Amino acid sequence: MARTGPAERPLSPHLQIYKPSITMVTSILHRITGAALFFGTLLLVIFLVALASGKTSFATVQAIYGSFLGKLVLFGYTWALFMHMCGGLRHFIWDTGAGLERETRLKLGWATLIGSLALTALAWVVYFLR
Amino acid sequence: MSKNPDIATPMARVRGLGAARSGTGHFWLSRVTAVANVPLTIAFVIIVLLLAKADYAGAIKIVGHPVAAILLLLFVGSAATHMRLGMQVIIEDYVHSEGTKLVLLMLNTFFAITVGLASAYAILKIGFAG
Repeated sequence: MARTGPAERPLSPHLQIYKPSITMVTSILHRITGAALFFGTLLLVIFLVALASGKTSFATVQAIYGSFLGKLVLFGYTWALFMHMCGGLRHFIWDTGAGLERETRLKLGWATLIGSLALTALAWVVYFLR
Repeated sequence: MSKNPDIATPMARVRGLGAARSGTGHFWLSRVTAVANVPLTIAFVIIVLLLAKADYAGAIKIVGHPVAAILLLLFVGSAATHMRLGMQVIIEDYVHSEGTKLVLLMLNTFFAITVGLASAYAILKIGFAG
């Protein structure tokens, strides 16, 4: 089935053809953050199992999670969590059939992105101030 | 029941629940767990913030507290179910080879159940045995 030359028929345009819009970007981010959270649950299981296993394993995990790289991953995990949550709230609105007009959906897209960043910032400000 | 749509009665088509053979079950469970995930995620983040600077004894005390333990158990159960459904959609969207798809769908289920049960076991052990 391998084709060597260019297609001799018109092909439907794909992602790179379109100018990115906020609805498109947030839709893609919803899927990417969802997949990231799927694997991100490993962070939670490892933490809980280490805590249940005893002092030594807990100290090891805490040292890794508390390192600069660990914190960076946890920061990303926090944003993925809130981005997917805000995207989910947007889907609840759409599930009712509301909010699909051009103006509203653009606003909802920006609200999703900005809301997720604000919640991430809030969580980390609380962490650093405690 | 015939699998041929041409000779199937409307009732048979209804009983067949469509090409996926599961009707709206997947969609609905995905929404139910999504709704549950909103408050549970907020509770999860708060518990993590409480844990962030705790030592071993402190962490055991926090996770072992009945309210935190129950919220974590609910979060892990709902999140594991939700992520299994979400990853299933991603696999079905991008993997078209029947064999690979079957293997990945199985691994998806194994991963979600392992993550869910391992977390639940750890939480319960911390709660009951410290």
